[in-house]
Order: sequence, then C-alpha cells, then structure tokens
Amino acid sequence: MGIDQFKGTADYITSAELRDAVNISVALEKPLLIKGEPGTGKTRLAEAIADQLNLELINWNVKSTSKAVDGLYVYDTVQRLNDSRFGGGDVDNIRHYIKYGALGRAIAADERKVVLVDEIDKADMEFPNDLLHELDRMSFTVDETGDVISAKQRPIVVITSNNEKELPDAFLRRCIFHFIAFPEKDLMEQIVRVHHPDVEQDLLDQALLRFYWLREQPEIRKRPSTSELIDWIAAMRRAGISPASIEEKLPFLGVLLKRETDLSAIKQARSRSGSPRRFGM
Amino acid sequence: MFTDFLFHLRAHGLKVSTTEWLSLMDAMSRGFVKSSLAGLYSTARAVLVKKETEYDIYDRAFGSFFEGIDAQFDVSEELLDWLSNPKLPKQLSEEDLKKIKEYDWDTLREEFEKRLKEQKERHDGGNHWVGTGGTSAFGSGGFNPMGIRVGDQGGGRSAVQVATDRRFQNLRSDRVLDTRQIGSALRRLRRLAKDSGPEELDIDLSIDESARNAGEIELVFAPPRRNRVKLLLLMDVGGSMDPYAELCERLFSAANAANHFKAFKHYFFHNCPYEQLYENIERWKGPTTADVLKQIDNTWTVVIVGDAYMHPYELTHVGGAIHYHHSNSDSGLDWLRRIRRRVPNSVWLNPEPERIWTAPTIRLIRTVYPMFPLTLDGISRAVDVMRGARPNEPNPADPVQPHSVRIW
Repeated sequence: MGIDQFKGTADYITSAELRDAVNISVALEKPLLIKGEPGTGKTRLAEAIADQLNLELINWNVKSTSKAVDGLYVYDTVQRLNDSRFGGGDVDNIRHYIKYGALGRAIAADERKVVLVDEIDKADMEFPNDLLHELDRMSFTVDETGDVISAKQRPIVVITSNNEKELPDAFLRRCIFHFIAFPEKDLMEQIVRVHHPDVEQDLLDQALLRFYWLREQPEIRKRPSTSELIDWIAAMRRAGISPASIEEKLPFLGVLLKRETDLSAIKQARSRSGSPRRFGM
Repeated sequence: MFTDFLFHLRAHGLKVSTTEWLSLMDAMSRGFVKSSLAGLYSTARAVLVKKETEYDIYDRAFGSFFEGIDAQFDVSEELLDWLSNPKLPKQLSEEDLKKIKEYDWDTLREEFEKRLKEQKERHDGGNHWVGTGGTSAFGSGGFNPMGIRVGDQGGGRSAVQVATDRRFQNLRSDRVLDTRQIGSALRRLRRLAKDSGPEELDIDLSIDESARNAGEIELVFAPPRRNRVKLLLLMDVGGSMDPYAELCERLFSAANAANHFKAFKHYFFHNCPYEQLYENIERWKGPTTADVLKQIDNTWTVVIVGDAYMHPYELTHVGGAIHYHHSNSDSGLDWLRRIRRRVPNSVWLNPEPERIWTAPTIRLIRTVYPMFPLTLDGISRAVDVMRGARPNEPNPADPVQPHSVRIW
C-alpha cells in the first residue's frame, strides 16, 4: 500500500495531521481512534475514507448495551428453535444460524472493508478490552462451530469516542490516535463552502464572527458545533437575512444553542452589554 | 538520537511503550516522516500519544528536544543511523540534560511537574493516592475562626499554583486511569437480584425445556436479573472543598458513567446539607431536601462526599446562623440524621486523609455516618459496609443522643 492513500475528499475537508494519522493507521494496519468535540466530523471521517479508497463501509453503532461479541457474530438460537419446531430452514446446519456482526462481516469478507466502531465509549467499560485480541489478529473463533474466521484483507478500523468513558491503556496502545481540534476560522470557511458553495462572503464573514464569539462565551454549556453552524447559515440564507442584521438580531439562535439555559444566558449577556449592536465585541 | 528522543518523551511523562516505539520505527521506515521534522512531529504524535490531554506534554517535549536544530536537518539519515545500530542508552546524554536545564522558566515548571508526576507514579495503581495537589492538608485558605469564608485560597500557593493548575490540564491522563479505577470500585456495589417487572424469555431454560419436551417448544419466562442499586450522591462543593474539586469530579464522572445503577441522582450542598439541595452549582438552584427524601426510600443508598470541616455552628444550629436558636429541629445535623433515617444504607466519604480527621465537626458527623476516606481503598470499604459487612468502627444505626452535640 502506498502511504498517501487518503487525501480528504471533495466534501470532507481534513487537516494535514488528520490525513497523516489516517494514512499511518492504514499503512500500519492499526485501528484509528478519533476523538473530538461533537460535530467535528468524527463519524464522517470513516465515510470519507471508504469513499476515497473505494471500499465498503460497515457501520457499528455502539450502544450502552452492546457487547463486544455482538460485533463479531450472534448465534440466533431462537430462530433455530423456531425452525426446528415449525420446519423451514436448514436446522442441522448450525452455521446457518450464525449471523456475523459488523466487525465479523468485515473480517470474513473477501475484499477489504472499512469498519466504523462509532462511539465506543457508550458501551460497558470492558468492551474495548474484549475486542483487543480480535483487533490485533483480525480473526475470531465461532464457539458454536469451532470455525476460525481470519481476515484475508485486514479491514481498516475507525473508532470514535466522545470521552464519556475513558478507554483502557492496553486498548489505547494498539491504536493510532488523533484528536480533531475544533476548526480554525480558515478551515471552517472551507468547510462551510463545501456545504454552501455559493454563500455570500458578507454573510459568511458575519456568521463566522458571531459563531466564534458565541463559542467563547463562558456561560455557554454546550458550545455550537460545525454542523450547527452549517444549519444556521442554511436557515439564514433561506430566510433571506441580511448580513448586517446578524450582528444586531442573532436570528435563529435556537439552531445554534440547544439548551434553554444557554439561550437565556446569551440573552442576558446581550442585555448586560447595553446596546445590542456592540455586545461582546 | 531517536533513543534519546524516546527517553526525552518518557522523562516528560509520556508513557511510551516499546510496542508503540517500534510502531513509530515501522511507520518511519515506511517513509511517513519524509525526512522532515514536521513529518516526524505528526507521525510520532499519532503513534505515540493516545490522549488529547497529553498533546501539550508532547508539544513541549518535542519543542525542547529539537530546539535549535536546523530546519534542513535530515531525520531519515538519523533514522538510518539508528536502524543500523539500534541501541538504547540507559539514560539521557549529558548534552540533552544540559539542554533541558537551560530551558529556564519552562524547565522550572517541567521539573516541578515531573516531580509531581514521579510522586504520582509511585501511588498510581495502588489504593492510597489521596487528595489532589496535597499542598496543604486542609486545603489552604478555608475558614477563619468565626466561620466566615475567606475568598482566596490562602497564601503560599502562587508559584506552586501555576504549576498545579498546569498539572490538571496536562496530566489528565492520571485522572483517566483513576476514573476507571473508581468505576471498578463502584461496580462492586452491583447487587444482582431477581427484579419484579416484565418477565423476559429465558433462552437457556426454554431450550432445555423444549428438548425435554421432544422438540415441542416450551417457552420459559423469568423475571430479569437487574442491578437494583439506587444511588443518591450528595457532594460538598466550594470553600474548603475547592482543592478536592478534581477528585470529586472523578468520583462523579465514574458514578455517572457507570450504567449499572438502577437509578442515580446527585445533588450538591455547601458544607452541610440543609433544607435545600442544588442541582447546579453555578446557579444554586435545586429541589428541597424534603422533596428529594420523598422520592427515595430505604432501598436506596446515599453517599455523601464532603470534608465535614466547618464551623460547629453550621452543624448544630439552624442554617449555621450565628445566633443561638433554641430549637435544633432544622440544624445541619438534624438534616443529616433525617437523611440517614430515611436511608439507613448511607456512608460519608471524606477527601481529607484519615489521619487528620480531628476537626470537631468530623467527630460529630461520624456519630451519624460511617466515614471513609475518598480513596480507592476507602470506597471499597464503604461499598463493603453498604453491602452489609460490619464496619470496623461504630456505625450507629440509632439516632445520636443529644450528649454528643454537647461537646460544644
């Protein structure tokens, strides 16, 4: 494999460091662990990698009840029991009732796949540890049949975490890690332009100015993210808001701030600063 | 050079394992570094640093190691050198040590942090790490004799404080491990029991029964086994608890993230819970204690976290008021007793080390609640008590007699 496979795609803008991290993880065949504020495109990264390398993406959305083994395979006992009673299905063949999970499917596949293990921190604390062996070897044993499934082509594994739980060190040691920092203004402008190719410069400038100002307000508990900025600009363009009135009115604030307390805090902050035209600047 | 770099990173507190180091060599020999320092920077960071909280440490380590090195510097030649003779020296070279020493102000800070870090490592993984910076047993500042809060945290911290603040920013990886450790300790609270409520299909039993039934399907339902622990966490914030904010946060995030409680509620109080508890420490808003008590019963478990260090008035008199009130029915101590009566299965966790539990208010509170230090060991002991083991200390289930109040 070459070392510069991943360059970001037309609609997914990355920093050079993130590109490096992706390429290193692909070359070293180690899982890529991605952290970052919500809305910085952690999940989208896996899609972009799959897009660029022209591979199929298999999504594993981790829930609080997810077990590591579910990602490999599930033995559908109930279906088998049902078939044995009411006929239908090949009951004698236990393999018929082994259903591969996301990671299992990727390991068993003939072609290389991209696996997204999304929000791994939602699961139980031991979840990552339970996957160590499988991620190292890219092979697993189906206990019911004794089959050993090994990857012909090691899948590219992208893991995202929102820091709800800390991940065990043994797990971290096996990963390539990248923290997606919140985009600086220049990069953000590029990102917005991907979604709004023909946005007016005035509107964009004003929106970005307000957006970064909001993010800096200490009262805000949940800071608005990239995806919210994009929605905000979409709302303002559709409503035909003039760039000048963005500063004055902060229209559609509810698109940016989702918490009642944040909204009222900003309203207070604005009234404190007297003239609404000059708040916080 | 590369080995020196490895040891330089380690000296700065990055726990780089040999596996990770070899991965880096692997990546470099695949051409990722592209001979440039910038390439080395991002490659080494992706492979060696696993927490964003360690980025800052890495940055400073990288900066100080490569300071003054020519931009034309060819990393790959160095790598070839190293690969042809990959030896690991036991220590940093004299030259590098000197370079670090010359790093004036930052060096001062780094050395301090390094020392803190070393200290931390000795405790790490054990059961006895206590407190936070530990600069002062009573968390500096605190109270003046009349029980009026001094705004500042007290003297003697200026230089230290800067470093300590940095430490929380930079070495949050220590906390990371701790949260896991606390989480594991809390896990022991788990008490699986047959729950009432909707029954679930018991697959194993159904298969057994169906087989016994010659293949005729027999569905067996059983009540699910669920963890029944319901936890109410009350935390002291502000004032003398400030030095322990970090530690309390750890306990909180561990308890909050643990999805093994049937129910979990948490409120804050200041010094001692009175008629009002707080949900939000910035706005001091929340339900009344009476309302909270109405929602819970003796199947709950209450864990109170506080240093129990306050003016006795705050405990024995109404609302901690200065003037004597003849009726003690709403004193802090009364509220504490009320909570304990409602939920007998309660403990108090104190972030202060056990050996300095000498304050009168601590003694008084211990007559109501079994008290344990807020360490892994202490939490384990507290969990034992809540699971029904006998504590090693008096655990008065019955209300405290007035005479214990009269030590004042």
